[in-house]
Amino acid sequence: MYSFAYHRPVSAAEAEALAAKAGEARFLAGGMTLLPAMKLRLAQPTDLIDLARLGDLRGIKVSGSEVRIGAMTLHAAVAASAEVKRAIPALAHCAGVIGDPQVRNRGTLGGSLANNDPAADYPAAVLGLNATVHTSRRTIPADSFFRGLFETALEPGELITAVSFPIPERAAYEKFRHPASRYAVVGVFVARTGGGVRVAVTGAGPCAFRATQLEQALAKNFSPDALKGIKISADGLNSDIHAAADYRAHLIGVMARRAVAAIA
Amino acid sequence: MPTVTMTVNGRAVSGEAEPRTLLVQFLRDTLGLTGTHIGCDTSQCGACVVHLDGLSVKSCSMLAVQAEGAAVTTIEGLSNGELQPMQAAFREHHGLQCGFCTPGMVMSAIDLVNQNPTPSEHDIREWLDGNICRCTGYHNIVKAIKAGAEAMAAGGKR
Amino acid sequence: MTVQGIGAPVRRKEDRRYLTGRGTYTEDINRPGQLHAVILRSPHAHARILGIDTSAAARMPGVAAIFTGADMAKDNVGSIPCGWLIKNKDDTPMAEPPHPPLVPDRVRHVGDQVAVVIAETRNQARDAAEAIQVDYEVLPAAVDTAAAAKPGAPQVWEQAKNNVCFDWHLGDKAAVEAAFATAHHVTKIDLVNNRLIPNAMEPRAALGEYDRATGDYTLYTTSQNPHLIRLLMGAFVLHLPEHKLRVVAPDVGGGFGSKIYHYAEEAIVTWAAGKLGRPVKWVADRSESFISDAHGRDHVSHAELAMDQNGKFLALRVATIANVGAYLSTFSTCVPTYLYATLLAGVYATPAIYAEVKTVFTNTVPVDAYRGAGRPEATYLLERLVDKAAREMKIDRVELRRRNLIPRDAFPYQTPVALQYDSGDYQSTLEIALKNSDWAGFESRRAEAKKRGKLRGIGISTYIEACGIAPSAVVGSLGARAGLYESAAIRVHPTGSVSVMTGTHSHGQGHETTFAQIVADTLGMPIENVDIVHGDSSKIPFGMGTYGSRSLAVGGSAIVKALDKIVKKSKRIAAHLLEASEADIEFKDGTFSVAGTDRSVPFGQIALTAYVPHNYPITELEPGLEESAFYDPLNFTYPGGCHICEVEVDPETGVTEVVKFTAVDDVGRVINPMIVEGQVHGGLAQGIGQALYEICVYDKESGQILSGSYNDYTMPRAEHLPSFTVETHNTMCTHNPLGSKGVGEVGAIGSPPAVINAVIDALSPLGIEDIEMPATPQRAWRLIQTAGMARAAE
Repeated sequence: MYSFAYHRPVSAAEAEALAAKAGEARFLAGGMTLLPAMKLRLAQPTDLIDLARLGDLRGIKVSGSEVRIGAMTLHAAVAASAEVKRAIPALAHCAGVIGDPQVRNRGTLGGSLANNDPAADYPAAVLGLNATVHTSRRTIPADSFFRGLFETALEPGELITAVSFPIPERAAYEKFRHPASRYAVVGVFVARTGGGVRVAVTGAGPCAFRATQLEQALAKNFSPDALKGIKISADGLNSDIHAAADYRAHLIGVMARRAVAAIA
Repeated sequence: MPTVTMTVNGRAVSGEAEPRTLLVQFLRDTLGLTGTHIGCDTSQCGACVVHLDGLSVKSCSMLAVQAEGAAVTTIEGLSNGELQPMQAAFREHHGLQCGFCTPGMVMSAIDLVNQNPTPSEHDIREWLDGNICRCTGYHNIVKAIKAGAEAMAAGGKR
Repeated sequence: MTVQGIGAPVRRKEDRRYLTGRGTYTEDINRPGQLHAVILRSPHAHARILGIDTSAAARMPGVAAIFTGADMAKDNVGSIPCGWLIKNKDDTPMAEPPHPPLVPDRVRHVGDQVAVVIAETRNQARDAAEAIQVDYEVLPAAVDTAAAAKPGAPQVWEQAKNNVCFDWHLGDKAAVEAAFATAHHVTKIDLVNNRLIPNAMEPRAALGEYDRATGDYTLYTTSQNPHLIRLLMGAFVLHLPEHKLRVVAPDVGGGFGSKIYHYAEEAIVTWAAGKLGRPVKWVADRSESFISDAHGRDHVSHAELAMDQNGKFLALRVATIANVGAYLSTFSTCVPTYLYATLLAGVYATPAIYAEVKTVFTNTVPVDAYRGAGRPEATYLLERLVDKAAREMKIDRVELRRRNLIPRDAFPYQTPVALQYDSGDYQSTLEIALKNSDWAGFESRRAEAKKRGKLRGIGISTYIEACGIAPSAVVGSLGARAGLYESAAIRVHPTGSVSVMTGTHSHGQGHETTFAQIVADTLGMPIENVDIVHGDSSKIPFGMGTYGSRSLAVGGSAIVKALDKIVKKSKRIAAHLLEASEADIEFKDGTFSVAGTDRSVPFGQIALTAYVPHNYPITELEPGLEESAFYDPLNFTYPGGCHICEVEVDPETGVTEVVKFTAVDDVGRVINPMIVEGQVHGGLAQGIGQALYEICVYDKESGQILSGSYNDYTMPRAEHLPSFTVETHNTMCTHNPLGSKGVGEVGAIGSPPAVINAVIDALSPLGIEDIEMPATPQRAWRLIQTAGMARAAE
């Protein structure tokens, strides 16, 4: 790891001010992706701004229509939350299959979204549930949050404070785990709401995206059978030694059918 | 160099640490608690698992400064003389061979049982996603954790 | 059997320190004034070093020294030797290029050692290593095993034409050709044995120290065999006399072969400690392990089996290309030859066998022994071939095996590939495995799985291995440059407790318990009174260490021999004390007695008498009670058995799940059944890992490793594996005093073909007859897709 200056602000305003002053600052939430990257010297921030003392960024609030989760809430807390399980069980499930137990005991919702790893689980839930990302400066709808590989709509120094998830009628998340890394080779989040059907895919592309082809089919007929025979294009999908693009394309269909089967 | 203060195995400790010092390095190099091991550099093997404020975490994936003010328990802090029930179960069921992954396995297993006092074989295997063992094939680790959970329930001892 | 003696599942003596975090691994050792070394490694698979500029790095904070290959050459540092000379078919020696610890002029694999930075802290050393400027001229790389010897391939070494290290053969070619000429049917198969990375959980580490007062060097290292390191590094690389060099392998976190070899870093830190007069410590990051630990397997083979009309095996011929990587690691050359081709008879009475092995250099990490070493490759080839033969001959695969097993009454059995099996009962291990796995009831399980949308399959393999290496004279005649005996020294202390110094090394196998059981059983004392000392060349007699499942069969036998001497001397002391003839002294349960009388003396009193010889036959017998023995085996030992695997494949995703695994192994005399089962479990996990999950992938053009971390190299996790059903059915080794054969490798040898045969069985309804290891989801899915398209086209 390269050297860096470490800061531990107590408010979002202080955190933003520190970031503005620093050469190349990174916010440190759970650090489950950032710190490993820094250990391998793949990331070299001049300043790390630890958000752990921003107490009001932690917590889960469930109202009649939405689940609001503070950015610094641990994956394990979301996975174990009785309230989340009641309101959006698929969201609790999604948090519960991230990484491994120790990752879930450190990793946070905000950190995961800000980092926007192409194989992270949470982006699928955020996009699938049409959530709203609250930042220190504004609110960003899910559809415009994820911009590309490790790229989001966040501006330099902008801090995620919370995410609100509208409660769907039904939702499910199916993940095909990477055998080695435990990230998603393909993860598909399917949500059915009064407004229609959303299908979000993670792991397969540069960042999470909506499978509109599948959404349209499911809008007409919400059943696994509606997805049979739909060929998903492999264009632009990721390829590595474990899963080439065509295999990932195939897995999107399989995971989507399984998610639909779970809630149809 | 900043000074870091925390409670480790029930004792208040402090020491100097560069910000880039990992918690595992602080435990091993500054405090001499070498029972916590480093088996990889990508945060997967789990040889470095300790408890931070009661939850299992990978001490290779956090900075020592992040543990400021926290309570850390390492493998050395589990028992004084008599083996803690999970440790004893690992011995009874031959859940270890070379011993390198063992401290992390035991710390992880105890966290599992704290959260789920009666884990099934499936629960245990799933939970161990963050702990890699190359010696045992996990068969006896799974057996040991099951027995350890029962012993912990019977003894009511964390 | 006593509760703590031979045959008892004694809980391990070593566990308490491991379970309380008080083990002492190399990385846990720190010496006063210690510096930290970081190795600058090649980012290229093949490149000429045009220049190295260390000036900026040398000025970085905390840097004590930077050394390159040129510095080591100035000190006449030698080449890391290969331990086994193999000869070509024409009797000329193999190509044996140099292997300097730091390469001076040309790098030959990603990870090759270019320079070492030594600094006050590891972070400082790493910071400085990044500041070293190396000017490389990148060369094309030879990466692919099968392509390396083809014309036009980039050349790794000038002295190895067409990248061939050696072209070797074994067996009677003429007899094989004659048998093929008369065969009713010939089954042919092409196979790849996937390259693996051993991945012991403890990364390698080395700490060198030099004592200016005495001129003594000490190396602490993660080794399976400290004396072997002392011999190779002292005599060949650093030219240090053995009495001035101590090598300590303390607690070692797994080896699986990868910690047998003498590695460059050991020589670098020892040499640098001498240069700097301060201890120098190096610890591998896991990423470094992936590109510097010796890898395993990596064969490409073609095999043909000739049969008569009843499926009786007439002859086998095999042509294998084996990859040794860029340099010859310590045992690299014997693995694809004498540990591989000699096992091609398996448990079958095949009368004629001929094997050709061409070993090639490539721009990859050196390849050497990994759990099983040669024998898994032989077993995989044979058992895949037999299954295919059964399909082609339309003979049930179990029945075909039964027809060809070496009969029970054929031992000692001379194979056509040099080995003589001393004992075995392959019929029984096969039949017990069939029963334990409920082979007969499988079809109903297949049908049930089908209802759930899963393809269920069952696979079988039998295996043999040669281990307990080995008679020194035999291996010497085959090219080994060392003896392969083992040593033991038994020191009975005045109050009767015992220290056993063994030349083997325990890094998970539980020797501290198993060996203590042998002593406790023989001397009739509690196991707590026996300590096993291993791993420190200054404390133990010269020994060859632990690999090839040899520790109990060879090292345990040395202990038995030394115990015999202890008992013999004790009897003479007892005879004196009891005023009886030595011939009348009996020894049982720790007590010496005069036959037919109630006169007796306990072992503890004998020990005390030996050290306080007031009433002692001093003119005939020396005082003290300490004996040593070396044991050089008369033959290899031959564990064998049968493994059966049951899998379910998800046809939609290609995911294979092992749902049931049954192993029945013949390991000879069992000292501690709990430890034996644990060894089998671990071997199975690695064998299943090879079959379904693990592979080292190199980019075939650039030679970059694509599976260089746990993000890409699939280590089997708890979720990937089932609980196993294991049993032993043992016949005794006939030529060592314990009757033990060895158990460390059996799991890894027998299991890969059982798994793959099961996967193929599962996929066979789709017309699929072959899948490469590892049978990953993607691979299975592709085959299923292709089969589906083929069906649709029909």
